[in-house]
Amino acid sequence: MKAKTTATVISQKEIAANIFDMWIETELAKEAHPGQFVGVYPKNKSTILPRPISICEVSEEKNALRLVYRIAGQGTGEFSGLTAGDCVEILGILGNGFPLEEGKGKKVFLMGGGIGVPPILQLSKELEADKSILVGYRDAHLFLKEDLEQYGKVYVATEDGSVGTKGNVMDAIAANGLDADVIFACGPMPMLRAIKKYAGEHQIKAYISLEEHMACGVGACLGCVVKTKEVDHHSHVHNARICTDGPVFDAEEVDI
Amino acid sequence: MNTKVTIAGVELKNPVMTGSGTFGSGMEYSEFVDLNQLGAVVTKGVANVPWPGNPTPRVAEVYGGMLNAIGLQNPGIDVFMERDIPFLKQYDTKIIVNVCGKSVEDYIDVVEKLSDEEAVALLEINVSCPNVKEGAIAFGQKADALYNITSELKKHAKQPIIMKLSPNVTDITEMARAAEAAGADALSLINTITGMKIDIHRRKFALANKTGGMSGPAIKPVAVRMVYQTAQAVKIPIIGMGGIATAEDAIEFILAGATAVSVGAMNFVNPYTTVEVVKGIEDYMKQYKVENLTDLIGAVQG
Repeated sequence: MKAKTTATVISQKEIAANIFDMWIETELAKEAHPGQFVGVYPKNKSTILPRPISICEVSEEKNALRLVYRIAGQGTGEFSGLTAGDCVEILGILGNGFPLEEGKGKKVFLMGGGIGVPPILQLSKELEADKSILVGYRDAHLFLKEDLEQYGKVYVATEDGSVGTKGNVMDAIAANGLDADVIFACGPMPMLRAIKKYAGEHQIKAYISLEEHMACGVGACLGCVVKTKEVDHHSHVHNARICTDGPVFDAEEVDI
Repeated sequence: MNTKVTIAGVELKNPVMTGSGTFGSGMEYSEFVDLNQLGAVVTKGVANVPWPGNPTPRVAEVYGGMLNAIGLQNPGIDVFMERDIPFLKQYDTKIIVNVCGKSVEDYIDVVEKLSDEEAVALLEINVSCPNVKEGAIAFGQKADALYNITSELKKHAKQPIIMKLSPNVTDITEMARAAEAAGADALSLINTITGMKIDIHRRKFALANKTGGMSGPAIKPVAVRMVYQTAQAVKIPIIGMGGIATAEDAIEFILAGATAVSVGAMNFVNPYTTVEVVKGIEDYMKQYKVENLTDLIGAVQG
């Protein structure tokens, strides 16, 4: 059951330039799966819409969600000022997560790029598979790398070549001579397009998490659509709703 | 205490409805609110055939509100009648179907298909969407065009029709009078206000459509003013909307002359807004010892 509810900030710290790591306590944590997201509300009334932020990690014992986000504007700027004990309104749990059953027991790539890295953490924690975790960053300001290393072998790529493979996660696949039966990924659109192409060429499945500007987050406003190969079940027009039909899609099914 | 209001002979248990396009057909928000508590559900605009809508980005936040240029993506009347109406029929609320089209024939097609659907209490005619190039707004910005489509639809519609007016006109009362003269049973206003946002860092429009319709709390004073002016100009009932976030906002519209009100963009902000407005109106009536809600309609004093 989705709800708008008040969460309490447990902790928050900046883990890279403009990247914040916030744990919040909420009953909604019980229902969270890797790849899902929450809408987080700024308190400032001039910024009315919930900010969609992916779930980085779930602690069922603590009823807590970990949100790792980048300051992208006024709303996320406000969130970065929250400290332990502060209240924050959230809407959740939103979207469908990664289809874990499609990766179970297989050889998988878990790929994250930039601010697409966070949802890969809970995914790598829950997925029982032979995991190669490939993460791409701009430069040496890495984040979540140590967290990810608890759950599989981590391969890093940086655009400036300061750490790991110089280039992106696709370059890291080649540089390390890796292969997989299935891919799970979240990251910027050029990365997702490259993964879609790679998966097509290697005839493997890729499940990619998309983002788009959203208003409602629950499938009502039709703001965040993506073109689909098949007719969508809601509007019957080849436009799936990223918030409710996704955000994770079979790469073959979406026209990106 | 009596919160009932009547629009074109249709009695609503309370004056609170949903703004078309902000509530789907109720399915998505039924997880949050009990639809039985609403006066009516106004569905997202439906055309004679499926419409794909505009490219993304389709939404952008602005100060105290948002812009949208969805472009009326909808599944078309056939799917709507098979899926959405049966869903809404399960609830004890009135069903108001918002109808859109690119030509008069498109509108007639939809209106005729709905004519045998007894569960549909009222039709709201969208002649004011700023985000589709053909039709829609073209009928809503010129008084003679509005008169013509209204009188044409009156010939074909079995249910009473509500004409939804655009605020993007020089004089909304001229449009209101034209619709009334053509036989409209009620008016709803305001639709969104055309706006624009530019991302200065990327030097690009925030919306793929360049322009979009502005909604949210920031537009409320414009909407209240237009409802008041329209109420002075016509005798048919008005459904007031534009930035309603609280019961206080809703009462402002009613005092300005609205018989009913719609919660629009605020559904996206707080999915419980509709039911909170219903409860808040009751609290206001208790506080001020108002026996009948209808006593508040247009009761603002000069």
